[in-house]
Amino acid sequence: MILQESFEPDILGFLCNWCSYAGADLAGVSRFQYPPNLRIIRVMCSARVDPTIVLEAFIRGLDGVMVLGCHPGDCHYMTGNYYTERRIKTTKKVLKSVELSPERLLVDWVSASEGERFATLVTDFIGRVRKLGPLGNEIDLEPQQLKTRLTAAKEAFAQQRIRWLVGRERELVEDKNVFGDKVSQEEFDQLMLQTVEKEFAKRRILLSMGGDSFSVREIAQTVGASPKEVLRNIVSLERDGLVSVVGIEGNSPKYRKTGGR
Amino acid sequence: MSEVRVGVFVCHCGTNIGGFLDVPGLAKYALSLPHVVFSQDNLYTCSEAGLTEIKNAIAKKKLNRVVVASCTPRTHEPLFRSTCKEAGLNPYLFQFVNIRDQCSWVHMQDRERATEKAKALIRMGVARAVLLRPLEETEVEVNPCALVIGGGIAGMTSALSLANLDFEVKLVEKENRLGGTLNSLYKLYPTHEEASKLVQSKTEEIEKNSKIEVLTSSEVKEVKGFIGNYDVTVRQGEKERLFKVGVIIVATGAETLKPAGMYGYDGETVITQMELERMLKEGKFDADTVVMIQCVGARNEKRVYCSKVCCPTALKNAMLIKEANPDAQVFVLYRDMVTHGTKYEDYYGKARETGITFIKYSPERQPVVENGSVRVYDELLDEELSLPYDLVVLSTPMVAHNDSADLAQKLKVPVDEYGFFLEAHVKLRPVDFATDGIYMCGCAHWPANVGESVSQAYGAASRASIPLSVGHVKTEPLIAVVDEDECSGCGLCELTCPFKAIRIEETEKGRKAKVIAASCKGCGACGAGCPEKAITMQHFTDKQLLAQVIPLAEVIS
Repeated sequence: MILQESFEPDILGFLCNWCSYAGADLAGVSRFQYPPNLRIIRVMCSARVDPTIVLEAFIRGLDGVMVLGCHPGDCHYMTGNYYTERRIKTTKKVLKSVELSPERLLVDWVSASEGERFATLVTDFIGRVRKLGPLGNEIDLEPQQLKTRLTAAKEAFAQQRIRWLVGRERELVEDKNVFGDKVSQEEFDQLMLQTVEKEFAKRRILLSMGGDSFSVREIAQTVGASPKEVLRNIVSLERDGLVSVVGIEGNSPKYRKTGGR
Repeated sequence: MSEVRVGVFVCHCGTNIGGFLDVPGLAKYALSLPHVVFSQDNLYTCSEAGLTEIKNAIAKKKLNRVVVASCTPRTHEPLFRSTCKEAGLNPYLFQFVNIRDQCSWVHMQDRERATEKAKALIRMGVARAVLLRPLEETEVEVNPCALVIGGGIAGMTSALSLANLDFEVKLVEKENRLGGTLNSLYKLYPTHEEASKLVQSKTEEIEKNSKIEVLTSSEVKEVKGFIGNYDVTVRQGEKERLFKVGVIIVATGAETLKPAGMYGYDGETVITQMELERMLKEGKFDADTVVMIQCVGARNEKRVYCSKVCCPTALKNAMLIKEANPDAQVFVLYRDMVTHGTKYEDYYGKARETGITFIKYSPERQPVVENGSVRVYDELLDEELSLPYDLVVLSTPMVAHNDSADLAQKLKVPVDEYGFFLEAHVKLRPVDFATDGIYMCGCAHWPANVGESVSQAYGAASRASIPLSVGHVKTEPLIAVVDEDECSGCGLCELTCPFKAIRIEETEKGRKAKVIAASCKGCGACGAGCPEKAITMQHFTDKQLLAQVIPLAEVIS
């Protein structure tokens, strides 16, 4: 795609009531100017921002999303921004799987007294997204295909595996698991990345199946992955009760979606 | 459900908005939006006239949602909410749209795009307003008893204030007697009265007061519950005691920094101001030349703050030395003398008159203590001086207790980067925590002198007495609600909640998450992470948030 020179990105920001929203107000009171590309949605805490909402914003075509909270340690709700950071960090991983630039999603901290910093942060972010171009500019995909991929990402974040892992990161990394082992940050990040990639791939398969039945090879062709990888994911989906074998054609079993979540 | 009827009021805010956006155009645009049955622009929507127009429109146009596009909810939401309430509309059916602080004031050069953005913001607000639901505040009884943690001057003062209002007080002190830091001090600036006398009179007053129960050698072990209904476990030696209290005051004080490894500190010839106080108090002071060094371990990269009590303390001790031994030579090496206000500036003047020598040093060229003398570069003389000494006294800052973060966690309140307790608002709520029902005073909050600690103690007691006197508190209905049919009882929400406001309980349907309405602060962290998406945040539901996710292209097309 070619970058239009006049492109003005459309950006949403989720700002917490206590720090970043107050910082945005202070930017106003101080008349710090920034481009009008950002529209703000107020939440009480940045931790309210469910990754599925962020992904929905991209599905609807927003070019960039900012999630701003209080500085670490200053959270009005003690540890809310901790969860925000983990969740948004993980959401950036899935954007990578979608092949969108993770730079389209920003998580940062702005205190109530940082009006100028807020204006700079917003201006810089708008500039970066303007450079990236309209959503999807970085990949060669039809808008509908991009939407499907983002929908797969959103559905991956709506189900238990990723949400569990994000929610337990602190406990696993800082305390220890039920067997008394501590997981190192690198180990955890690796596990998280694998999980995000796998769940995303699984949801893409599900979305590609519609109401019909397919062999592993057919699915592999549709989603552009290796049959081996698709088989692994199909087995996992079968275990989750999301697909089942409905017949055999030649040597290949045919799979179909089975309700589920 | 009856038909949704939205009224939109767009404010000019004088020229603050009207000067930069097409306000009449915005009002006209609003009328084109689904469910909007009325719109108008006002010069000042928050004026008496503007508020009356809202009330009239609610009545005449049968509005059941009100949207005001003007300034920020952070200052004006309570006003518009109460206006709706007066007109018989549930205040949670009001929606704010910020087109001033986050639009007209920050896009002053681009009227067209700023107006476009304002349209989008109004559309987002209306979309959310349509989905708002009436919410009711709930009332909780308040247990007429207070817990005061810390038996120093701040804790003793607040305990007495509340007891004098006839409320029960449990005063918990970790040492074996009341008094706190005052027990280590000799005389107090600027009056030079003896600290021990002050402690004695306060202690007697407390002992005589039947409303106060003092628990010495005790520590708070666990705190559960919420404003009005805290369950507190206090460990006293081997015993554990359980109290039910309505409010909590944190008055745990602070300690002074031990300057280990600095300026040859050895506790004998290089000592701290606290150690000097003890010497003076016990009559063991014996030195002819004393060099005091200010800002030791303070106002540096690690500890940026000024502890503010160390300068007057140095002045006081220097004067007490001169009183005990008029021939003694006292040098005070300082960076900036912090003696604020009329009293302490005067006090500084008095110290100068007694013949104490003040030498200004810069942080780039710190004094050096070596072989019985202090080498210091005098900034004002532009000369290096060598001062022989009998005693070097280091003025170290007050620092938070090591266990302040521990206590903060038990109370679920924040501390700042230095471990001092953090107030809800530096100007408007200086002795409150953001958590309702918990207050603070004295050095637990920030280095303070006795006078300031006492003022804060009165403040905290007064704030704490409000829910105690009223007898009940209203809780905001912005809370999490669990859909039990969806909940799998996994407990992730319990792990996530910083306020212990959600917990897993056995129900007829199995293990289910239950929200403790009065503890829930409505952050939404639990819902945004729930693996089953079984938790809804009232007033900030997924639907209400998603309704605002509208691409600009849809607005201007």
